Amino acid sequence: MTRINELPVMEEMNLVTAVTHTLRQEMQRDPSVRVMGYDIGPIGGVFRATEGLFDEFGPDRVMDTPLSENGLLGVAVGMAMRGERPVIEMQFLGFMYNAWGQFIYNLANLHQKTGGAMKVPLTIRATFGGGIKPLPFHSESTEAYLMHTPGVRVVCPSTPAQAKGLLAAAIRSDDPVVFLEHTKMYRAFREPVPMADYTLPLDKCRMVQEGDDLTLIAWGNMLHYSIAAAAETNASIEIIDMCSLAPLDVAPVLASVKKTGRCVIVHEARRTAGPGAEISALINEYALEWLKAPVKRVTAFDVFFPENQIEDAYLPSPQRIKAGIEAVLNYQF
Amino acid sequence: MIAPPPSGPVPYARDFAHRLLTDMLRIRRMEEKSAELYGAGKIRGFLHLYIGEEAVAVGALHALQAEDNLVTTYREHGHALVRGMSMDVILAEMYGKREGCSLGRGGSMHLFDKRTRLFGGNAIVAGGLPVAAGLALADKIQKTSRITACFFGDGAVAEGAFHESMNLAALWQLPVLFCCENNLYAMGTALENSESQTDLCAKAASYRMPTIKVDGMDVVAVHEATRQAQARVRAGEGPLFIEYQTYRFRAHSMFDAELYRSKAEVEEWKTRGPVHTFTARLKQEGKLSEEEFLALDAQVNTEVAAAVAFAEAGTWEPVEHMLADVYTPAGSQP
Repeated sequence: MTRINELPVMEEMNLVTAVTHTLRQEMQRDPSVRVMGYDIGPIGGVFRATEGLFDEFGPDRVMDTPLSENGLLGVAVGMAMRGERPVIEMQFLGFMYNAWGQFIYNLANLHQKTGGAMKVPLTIRATFGGGIKPLPFHSESTEAYLMHTPGVRVVCPSTPAQAKGLLAAAIRSDDPVVFLEHTKMYRAFREPVPMADYTLPLDKCRMVQEGDDLTLIAWGNMLHYSIAAAAETNASIEIIDMCSLAPLDVAPVLASVKKTGRCVIVHEARRTAGPGAEISALINEYALEWLKAPVKRVTAFDVFFPENQIEDAYLPSPQRIKAGIEAVLNYQF
Repeated sequence: MIAPPPSGPVPYARDFAHRLLTDMLRIRRMEEKSAELYGAGKIRGFLHLYIGEEAVAVGALHALQAEDNLVTTYREHGHALVRGMSMDVILAEMYGKREGCSLGRGGSMHLFDKRTRLFGGNAIVAGGLPVAAGLALADKIQKTSRITACFFGDGAVAEGAFHESMNLAALWQLPVLFCCENNLYAMGTALENSESQTDLCAKAASYRMPTIKVDGMDVVAVHEATRQAQARVRAGEGPLFIEYQTYRFRAHSMFDAELYRSKAEVEEWKTRGPVHTFTARLKQEGKLSEEEFLALDAQVNTEVAAAVAFAEAGTWEPVEHMLADVYTPAGSQP
């Protein structure tokens, strides 16, 4: 596996500049990589993730499209079957609802349905997540819908350097990959990112910090809230970044829970049938006898994304995560 | 525009005329046998027969080049066969056998074949149209001389994917030949009960796309119109919409009591059946003798019998393969 911090020549990047840098590098490396989406050309995309690429690569590589999410995913499948590697920008994950038909019928299903004969090497970059107050359909975390779909890989980076490795791998993968970019994290912080090209595995979660008392699982922006919450407790907390959501990298989670005996899962997806329900079920199935407390979920609520004033209460906060950790640590059977 | 019916004698040499007739017969006999096999429980699930519409697939696909891409629907056994997939493999796939084109996983509605550039049947009405636009976009960017032929029925025009694909193809001037098989009924709903505008060419024209309407029961008319249409698309004129006015003689699927149309209507259309009218025409023009016809038919029946034997002898994919091919082998760490 690539050891990011051992690669020479680093440059400070935030999440969005890391995405732009990676797209540029992959487009330079492979002429079949083409980015497509709404306003991504001269405008550079709603979050400016493709800024400068149109000038550098031209309209055949950086393709502005109409607002046709369903049509566009089908187009990408057709291109992928003809040797191209389209990278679609889905402005918001909430806009994927329009594209659900092509996503299921053709994109996700094709490789298995054709007995492995057809491949669909494409990437969907979709922004997601709350915290910048844009209200419904621009904030939701619906990764569970994606995870319920066989044939699609789903990854969610939480740092710029990780974003680079995962996005490069997503683009080079012969499978369709949904790459989730959290809008609140886009410009939240910078870190050194190696300039050399590298990939990270698409099916491995990341150990953020080792500990003995409790396993804390999160991804995306919630990972940062979880790190903050863990730092405010006196416990020794093991933190896992579940950056690989589909397929879910469960083995390290089970190993960790068998060591700590306690687990809290944090997500800003809705609670019912959310990703936490699946992770919790797997722990109950395969690590029950090691548990010292029931697995706890700290999640958003089963409503559509709420209005400005109550967004902060809807999303898990470091305070709510800390309370969840303490409840599990103090639990008595 | 409406393509004028070709006047005069069949404008083809004997060999090619016989090829057209033979291919229509191959579809007809293969599907008659499929219906029988369905009744016997050999083919399961659903089965959508093309009987009555053979002139469209045969006339149109013989106007394409081998390098062209093809996208089609769930009523696609005929398209796959004319395109060059072997009847053996088609029937094996319909049986669900491993010797089928997709290991039996796709079945009747999802015939795929890389070799003949068949990029799929599609169970979803209008499901293939955006994919066809994507194939064509790749060819336009790669500067090949390929075109993509995309077949769909009249029911597809009610779907959003149809309109998105029309717009994308016209906006980007993609080399797509949109081949609409208008058989007047989307499953059990007549066109006038589902569309505010029943002139399908008018829909395509609203995307500033040239259109052609042609008698889909006449293999010569279909072939001539498609030949001209594909040449225009290949020349870089952008997409073109061609409406084949046709009719299916059989029910929508094997579970259809056909309450939506009268027997008299079906009988009326059957008088225009593409196989017997073309046969009669060739005989009348002295391009086919009864002996030749009987020999062709016998040869087709032999092919069908061999295909059934092939499918029967096929094997089932083992249960252990159930989880295979969800992802590509190296997909996680490329």
